Amino acid sequence: MIAEAPLLVAEGLGKTYGRQLGCRDVSLALHEGEVLAVVGESGSGKSTLLHLLSAQLEPSVGRVLYRTRDGALRDLGEMTTAERKFLARTDWGFVHQDAAAGLRMAVSAGANVGERLMAVGARHYGRIRGAALDWLARVEIDPGRIDDAPRTFSGGMRQRLQIARNLVTKPRLVFMDEPTGGLDVSVQARLLDLLRGLVRELRLAAVVVTHDLAVARLLSHRMIVMKDGEVIEEGLTDQVLDDPREPYTQLLVSSVLPA
Amino acid sequence: MNPVLEIRGLAKSFTMHLQGGVRIPVVAGVSFSVAPGECVVLGGPSGAGKSSILKMIFGNYRCDAGEIRVRNGDETVDVARAAPRRVLALRQETIGYVSQFLRAVPRVSARDVVAAPLADSGTPLDAARAEAERMMARLNLPERLWKLPPATFSGGEQQRVNLARGFLPDLPLLLLDEPTASLDAANREVVVELVKEKKARGVAVVAIAHDEDVRDAIADRIVDVSRFAAAAA
Amino acid sequence: MNAPAYNFAYLDEQTKRMIRRAILKGIAIPGYQVPFASREMPMPYGWGTGGVQVTAAILGPGDTLKVIDQGADDTTNAVSIRQLFAKTAGVCTTTHTAEATVIQTRHRIPETKLGEDQVLVYQVPIPEPLRFLEPRETETRQMHAHADYGLMHVKLYEDIARHGHISTSYAYPVKVDGRYVMDPSPTPKFDNPKMNDCAALQLFGAGREKRIYAIPPHTTVVSLDFEDHPFEASRTQASCELCGADDSYLDEVITDDRGGRMFVCSDTDYCEARREARP
Repeated sequence: MIAEAPLLVAEGLGKTYGRQLGCRDVSLALHEGEVLAVVGESGSGKSTLLHLLSAQLEPSVGRVLYRTRDGALRDLGEMTTAERKFLARTDWGFVHQDAAAGLRMAVSAGANVGERLMAVGARHYGRIRGAALDWLARVEIDPGRIDDAPRTFSGGMRQRLQIARNLVTKPRLVFMDEPTGGLDVSVQARLLDLLRGLVRELRLAAVVVTHDLAVARLLSHRMIVMKDGEVIEEGLTDQVLDDPREPYTQLLVSSVLPA
Repeated sequence: MNPVLEIRGLAKSFTMHLQGGVRIPVVAGVSFSVAPGECVVLGGPSGAGKSSILKMIFGNYRCDAGEIRVRNGDETVDVARAAPRRVLALRQETIGYVSQFLRAVPRVSARDVVAAPLADSGTPLDAARAEAERMMARLNLPERLWKLPPATFSGGEQQRVNLARGFLPDLPLLLLDEPTASLDAANREVVVELVKEKKARGVAVVAIAHDEDVRDAIADRIVDVSRFAAAAA
Repeated sequence: MNAPAYNFAYLDEQTKRMIRRAILKGIAIPGYQVPFASREMPMPYGWGTGGVQVTAAILGPGDTLKVIDQGADDTTNAVSIRQLFAKTAGVCTTTHTAEATVIQTRHRIPETKLGEDQVLVYQVPIPEPLRFLEPRETETRQMHAHADYGLMHVKLYEDIARHGHISTSYAYPVKVDGRYVMDPSPTPKFDNPKMNDCAALQLFGAGREKRIYAIPPHTTVVSLDFEDHPFEASRTQASCELCGADDSYLDEVITDDRGGRMFVCSDTDYCEARREARP
């Protein structure tokens, strides 16, 4: 496990929007089964970083490498758009904070889950539906809702459906942008519990952007803290949270209201 | 016998940036080692830095200086310098830790909290759960609580969940932070037995125990932490 | 008696060359929608402006033109377009499928098998098969570019989930030459099999949407489906009440105000030929 090559590598990654700084000089490596939390407040560059890592944005400097299933470490910037798109719908998942951005709201739950299977060539209706039913059950959605559109779902259900839609192709890497943002606390807890279980069971690697330190503690193994576009602190999640070194991290940790 | 744990020149201080950067020294020059089957109890008054030392060994706290050499199979890993991934692997393969308080996860049952470390390192879930139940029974945790999330349990019940979780995996190094603090006499006795069993299997134990009876029953050696007191800068 | 004010076949030569280039590109990339500079035509959008421009660009003095609308040669639209080219190009016109060299059609493929010396020109209202699933042209063009067609099957999946079978009955999407997913124009799905390995060249013109696409002769055209819900070229289970055909696509005709109705061939030429051949 130790010697194994990383799945995702960022080298000297930076992004500027004109004169505006998105993020600067970020380097990291993510291994299979590892969950990395990226924390920081709005404008700290954590979303920019997520978009760079998932090839939704092109870096101004630096590069992102990804180990494809054939074992080769490939530079995302040198892949064709078609190759990146293929990765995005097979090997990767992307869980958006706003479920509407990650789901087709007018299309049934079953088709939402089945779409990625159909995109990679599944052509047996019965089996696609079977996979959709299986995944709905795994994310604790009543299989009786399979033909309902997510428009009619609660926020927590939509988020769980988004997770099912992403995981149905057995990706190796999932990007999550504030996956529990905007949900009620009890709904959050259920979702976090579900994510924890799935990450462990499927040995998923994940990058989770969140401003919620409790989410980071529950989900992630490692954590990086961002401020003004730079990584100011990194380490084991419990180490950064229990023994924060940088002034800003200490402020973040001490600013959490106790329940 | 080669020690399982060897600490040399370990130092720790906290810099409180929110309080004008005041530096609070905790310990300096900590050096001791623990052999297989040996139980070292850290002694000294409250605030001497006993818990901080355990947390540094577990990789939960960072160190300012020194080495924490942990034997992991044929090799030795310095926790003070190891990459985070390495530390995580050590926690699965080598170092067990029973903290003072249980960090409860919402919605997860006591049984699964206890079974989690086993399941994480590859034991099938059903087998891990069976082991968890056996250990909870041994610690006299009522069966009606097994399937409930421990967040609402009493202090003593939570502590026993924590103990079951920490004692279950068979790891070469076990760190115990006040394992009997909120337990009654009968359960204290169970913990003492569990520690003795671990020692008999060659596990190295580092413990903090204020209860004299417990300390006397488990300790092979007492390391007084107050002699590592750090001078304020 | 060509009206001297018009160039041959109404359009100027530069425009026809531009359209021919688009057609050639379309033939080179079967099923790919080629943008072209669609002209204003002396008819409203929706009446076949795309088809007319394609026909004008390929028509020569020796051609024989047939125009059908929903299979019929005698509807206003078909008659008008036929007259336009009779007047501006002086070409022969016909209603017999077998005699025509160029057939412009709206919503049908003739029942009579087409040959290698024939061209079928379709009038297309909305060329983009993904349009109602993904409204952004920027997105759909990328989806075509990357053959990212999962969404097309989502539509068929939804059909089955709701109705127990694929209920799409016209404009049924096809995959051309194993690559591009294409809208066959709003022909009934009964006609889809005729597109496959067709000996005639098939050209598609969408005037308002400014797109031309093509299926070269003998190209593989497959209707999208699921293994366990295969494509079916369905038709009304009846025989034509005029000619007795039981293999043609039928129109339902209301005959009175009391619910009277009859089924007749939608392809008028096919029906007439069968009736003439009867003893």
